[in-house]
Amino acid sequence: MLKLFESIGEYVLLMQKVFSRPEKMAIYRRRIMHEMEALGLNSIGLTAIISVFIGCAVTLQMAITLESPFIPKFMIGYATREVMILEFSSTVVALILAGKVGSNIASEIGTMRITEQIDALEIMGVNSASYLILPKIVATVFFFPFLAIFSMLIGISGGYGIAELTGIMNPVEYIDGLRYCFYPDEITYALTKMVFFAFFITSISAYCGYYAKGNSLEVGKASTKAVVISSIVIMICNLVLTQIIRT
Amino acid sequence: MIKAQNIVKSFEGRTVLKDISVEFGTGQTNLIIGRSGSGKTVLLKSLVGLHEVDEGSIFYDDVCFSTLDFRARKAIRKHVGMIFQGGALLDASTVEENVKLPLDLFTEQSEEEKRERVNLCLKRVNMEHAHHLYPSELSGGMVKRAAIARAIVMNPRYLFCDEPNSGLDPQTSIVIDNLISDITKEYNITTIINTHDMNSVMEIGEKIVFIYEGEKWWEGSKDDILHADNRELADFVFASAMAKRAKAAVK
Repeated sequence: MLKLFESIGEYVLLMQKVFSRPEKMAIYRRRIMHEMEALGLNSIGLTAIISVFIGCAVTLQMAITLESPFIPKFMIGYATREVMILEFSSTVVALILAGKVGSNIASEIGTMRITEQIDALEIMGVNSASYLILPKIVATVFFFPFLAIFSMLIGISGGYGIAELTGIMNPVEYIDGLRYCFYPDEITYALTKMVFFAFFITSISAYCGYYAKGNSLEVGKASTKAVVISSIVIMICNLVLTQIIRT
Repeated sequence: MIKAQNIVKSFEGRTVLKDISVEFGTGQTNLIIGRSGSGKTVLLKSLVGLHEVDEGSIFYDDVCFSTLDFRARKAIRKHVGMIFQGGALLDASTVEENVKLPLDLFTEQSEEEKRERVNLCLKRVNMEHAHHLYPSELSGGMVKRAAIARAIVMNPRYLFCDEPNSGLDPQTSIVIDNLISDITKEYNITTIINTHDMNSVMEIGEKIVFIYEGEKWWEGSKDDILHADNRELADFVFASAMAKRAKAAVK
């Protein structure tokens, strides 16, 4: 328990260092663009593949589950939309990104720590925490909500595609379902969650890497730890935000 | 000049540096030698501020470095260059970007001026054709030379080298040693090298400090070391049978 509080304290102090005034904004802007490409753009493929298949699977599952003369067919489109927007494209995509981006960040920074690259930055007089972590946080907080929107579109399109291909329902009814009881606030809710998830995935993974010690084995452990802690925090955060925003 | 006064450093109850006082002069190549685990890397990292000392003071010229806060240390660190054992070049950056980084962050020079300075430093270490290579594409000797170029790009007043020729063949080691020694004279730098390579000691050691089990055991020059009446030092310097025979022949 004491170790947990110690780690939280260490994390808060690191964040304090991360959000101190940057040395030169121009350098940071360049690094943010680079990180957006590395952490955001490079995640589009994975997000697209997973979203389209989940969109298809959810539509099929709904079609099977809601097979009843008392339930109108358009409810399948409605349910797919709700699942994709409210939980999948924010929470589940965030969990997937915690695996991909989180382990990437932790192992990159961890390797820099054990090969003394972070010490080299410190010796130069660079605030290594801010230089390495801040651009990653800014990049993901800005880019991940776009990934969530992209995932919603791809997932819902996947559902439409499977409806068209298998003939389980009329695609027009599917579109009616997508339009049924639509509140734009749901999108805002999902994107707000994604902003928080992006911050936690990046900062926690960076923390795990930044304090890695020893050899490559420890970097591997830091990477695993980053994914596990980020995933737990995402689930807790999801619950808290849902309670705050939706009730 | 860099001076350590009665410094003590412990890790988890184990004292690694025991009351060390030593002075390293400007414009000369100062060497810290000792067996693996004797505390020489901890001493070097304490001098440069990567480890906080538990007791004692460290002076950079007349400034007490060990009592400065982060901001004041940052001002001094702009005059510090360091060459790490593995080079510590940023993997994601090219040689040119690595060398240019301190200029990007701490100077207001134009791109043209920065490029000129980088070219000059890379030329100084015979790396003028390696601008666009990444650290993973360099040989061990090239990594060390690129690290030297990065260390001198800001015209440092203090240069720290942690085992600069570890993992290098004897010929490349001598090239690196001579390069560091020449740069020390050229820019009148206070250079401190941490090594256990006896070739380096005999080649460039103007002042040598021998650390034994966390204590300063002996200090002198490369000429003194051959005649020093100190058993631990002699055991370290003349560890091999060949070195012992060479010593006997000299005597």
